[in-house]
Amino acid sequence: MRAELADVAPAMATPAQRERAGVDAASSGIRFDDVTVAYNDVVVLDSLSLTVKPGEIVALIGPSGSGKTTALRAVAGFVRPLRGTISIGTRDVTNVAPHARNIGMVVQNYALFPHMRAEENVAFGLRARGAPADVIRERVPECLRMVGMASYAKRFPRELSGGQQQRVAIARALAIRPQVLLLDEPLSALDAQIRRSMLDELARLHRDLPSLTVLYVTHDQTEALTLADHIGIMRDGKLVAFGDAQSLYRYPPNRFSAEFLGRANLLPVREVATTTAGMARVRFGADALIARNHHGLPDGGECLLCVRPHDLRLSPCDSIGNVLGGVVKSVQWQGDMQNVELDVAGHALRLTCAPMHAPPAPGAPLAIHFSASEATLIPEHTLRG
Amino acid sequence: MLVWSRSGRATTATIALVLFGVLYGLPIAVIALASFAGQWNSVLPSKPTLEHYVNALHGDSLENLHVSVVTGFVASLVALVSGTWAALALRVQPRTARRVLDAVFFIPSAVPSVSVGLGLLVAFSQPPVLLNGTTMIVVIAHFVLISAFTYGNVSAGLARLPVDFEQVAESLGARPFYRLRRVTLPLLTPYLIAAFSLSFALSMGELGATVMVYPPGWVTMPVGIFALSDRGAIFDAAALTMVLAITTAIVLIGLARVPTRASVR
Repeated sequence: MRAELADVAPAMATPAQRERAGVDAASSGIRFDDVTVAYNDVVVLDSLSLTVKPGEIVALIGPSGSGKTTALRAVAGFVRPLRGTISIGTRDVTNVAPHARNIGMVVQNYALFPHMRAEENVAFGLRARGAPADVIRERVPECLRMVGMASYAKRFPRELSGGQQQRVAIARALAIRPQVLLLDEPLSALDAQIRRSMLDELARLHRDLPSLTVLYVTHDQTEALTLADHIGIMRDGKLVAFGDAQSLYRYPPNRFSAEFLGRANLLPVREVATTTAGMARVRFGADALIARNHHGLPDGGECLLCVRPHDLRLSPCDSIGNVLGGVVKSVQWQGDMQNVELDVAGHALRLTCAPMHAPPAPGAPLAIHFSASEATLIPEHTLRG
Repeated sequence: MLVWSRSGRATTATIALVLFGVLYGLPIAVIALASFAGQWNSVLPSKPTLEHYVNALHGDSLENLHVSVVTGFVASLVALVSGTWAALALRVQPRTARRVLDAVFFIPSAVPSVSVGLGLLVAFSQPPVLLNGTTMIVVIAHFVLISAFTYGNVSAGLARLPVDFEQVAESLGARPFYRLRRVTLPLLTPYLIAAFSLSFALSMGELGATVMVYPPGWVTMPVGIFALSDRGAIFDAAALTMVLAITTAIVLIGLARVPTRASVR
C-alpha cells in the first residue's frame, strides 16, 4: 500500500498548468432559495436556503436520511425541487437539464466508466461537449497530472485501486472546467489510510484551484472540519446549523450540532447571569460555573453547558477556570490518547487527554478543570439530540 | 454448500448425473444416433451412414437452414432493438405504469405459439395490411414470440446498471443520446448479447406459430423437420435436427466470445 501511495504522489501543477486544467477564473457560487424536495409526498429536503460563495468549500454533514445528498443531487439536476430555486452564479438552474448545468460531480463509488481507459474517462466530458481534439489532447494529460495519475492514463478502472480511481474521477470532473464541483461522500469507500491521504490531496487541490467552488457532502465530521470553509449540519431534511467550521465547532447553536460535530459534554445548567461581555455565570447543582454566552442567552434561564472532552483537564487552568468533582467510571487507553469516563452529579462526562503514566482507577474521586473560554452555553430546548 | 459430507456430495452428484442423463442427455443421444442410423430395429441402431447428413446439407433442407438463420437473425435483431427501446422507456415511467406495461410485454410468452400464429393469420389475411403468405408474417410471428425474452434480458441488465454512471455522464455534459450511445449501451452490451442469443435460439426452434403462417417459399428448419417426421423419414429428420442444433450452438458460442470491454470489470 505504501508503494502504491508513493507511486501516485501528486505532481504539483505549475500556474500555467493550473490555468489550463483548472476552473474558470470567474467561478460561481451556489444558492438554494427555500428549496423543498419530496419523494412520493414525503419531504426529504425542507425549505433549504443556503449560499455557497464562489471559491468556497461548503460541507453538508448529517446522519443518513438527513437530506444532504438530496441537496447535492438537486444542484446536479437529478431531483427536481417541489418548491424554491437553485442558482449557480447568477443563473437559475432549477429547471435546467443536468447536462447543461456545467458542474463536475464525483460520487462515492467513483463511477468511472469501466469500458473506458483512465484518459478516455477524463476526456469524456470534453468529447460530450464537442471540445476540439487539440483541447482534449492538451487538457486530459494536464488534469491527470494534477491528480498524480499521468502514468496511469492507459489503464482501465479495474486496473486501478480505489484511491487511484477516485483521483481519476476528480480529474474527469475538473477537465470540463466546471463552475462548481459536487463531491458526494467521495472518500467513504476508501480505507482509513487512503482516506487520510486523499483528504490531503483534496485540500492541496483546492489550494491549487482557489477559485473552485465545492459542495461537499459527507457524514464524516473529520473530512468536513479538515476541508470546509463553512459547514452546514442537516437533520430530517432541514439545515439546523450553518457557519464557519471553527465557530460551529466552538459555539454549536444547538444540542444536535454539538453532539454531531465532534464529541461534546453537555451539562444542564440554570440561572444564567451575564457577567463581562460575552461571558455568563451559571449554576450546575450547587457549583457556579463560568462559560461563554456566545448565543446571547437571556439571564435567569436554563440551558446546556457544552465543553469538549479535550478541553477538560486534570490540573487547574491558567485563566478563568471552572472545576467539577466527579467519580471515575472507566479509563480507556487508545494508543495516542486516553479516555476517562466520569460521573459528575449523575451526568456522564468524557475527558480526553494524552496517555497518562498513572491513570486514575475506576471509582476514584477526580477533580476536573476547564477554562471558561472553552465552555459555551447553548439553548436547551432547540433540536434535542 | 448445502451438502457437507463427502458421501452426501457423492450421492447428490450421482443423482444429478442420472437425472441429467435420462431427461436431457438421452433424447439428444437418441436423435444423434438416429441421424447416423441406416436401420433401427433393436435397442441400438445398425448400418451407420452419413447419407442423412448429405441430404440435410443439400436441396430443400439446406434452403430450410438458410431460411431459419435469416428469420432468426432478423427477428432477433428487431426484437433486440424494440426490447431495448422498451426497457429504456419503461425505466423512466411511474412505478404503476411500469408494472402494468412490464406484464403486457410478457403476455406473448404465456400464449401458445399456435394461437399467436392463428391470431396473425386472421389479423393480416385481409386488406389493408395483407401479410398472409409473405415472408414478413413469419418474421413477425417470431418477433412476437421472442420479444418478451429480449425485453426481460435487457430490463435485467438495466436494473443492475448503477444509476451513477449515467448521472455522472449527464453532469459532465452528455446529452441523452450521447449518454445512451457512449455509456448506457456499452455497459449493457453483455446483456444485449445474451438477449440476442436467447432470441436467436428460440427463433431457430420455433414451430407452433411458423407452421400456421409460413408461405411455401419460406420453410424454416423446424417446419422441415416436422414435415420429414410426418412423412416417416425419421432419420433424415434427426439429421436435420442435429444440423439445426449445431448451427444454433455455433452462433451462440460465437456470440458468447464477442469481446466487450464492459463485461470484464
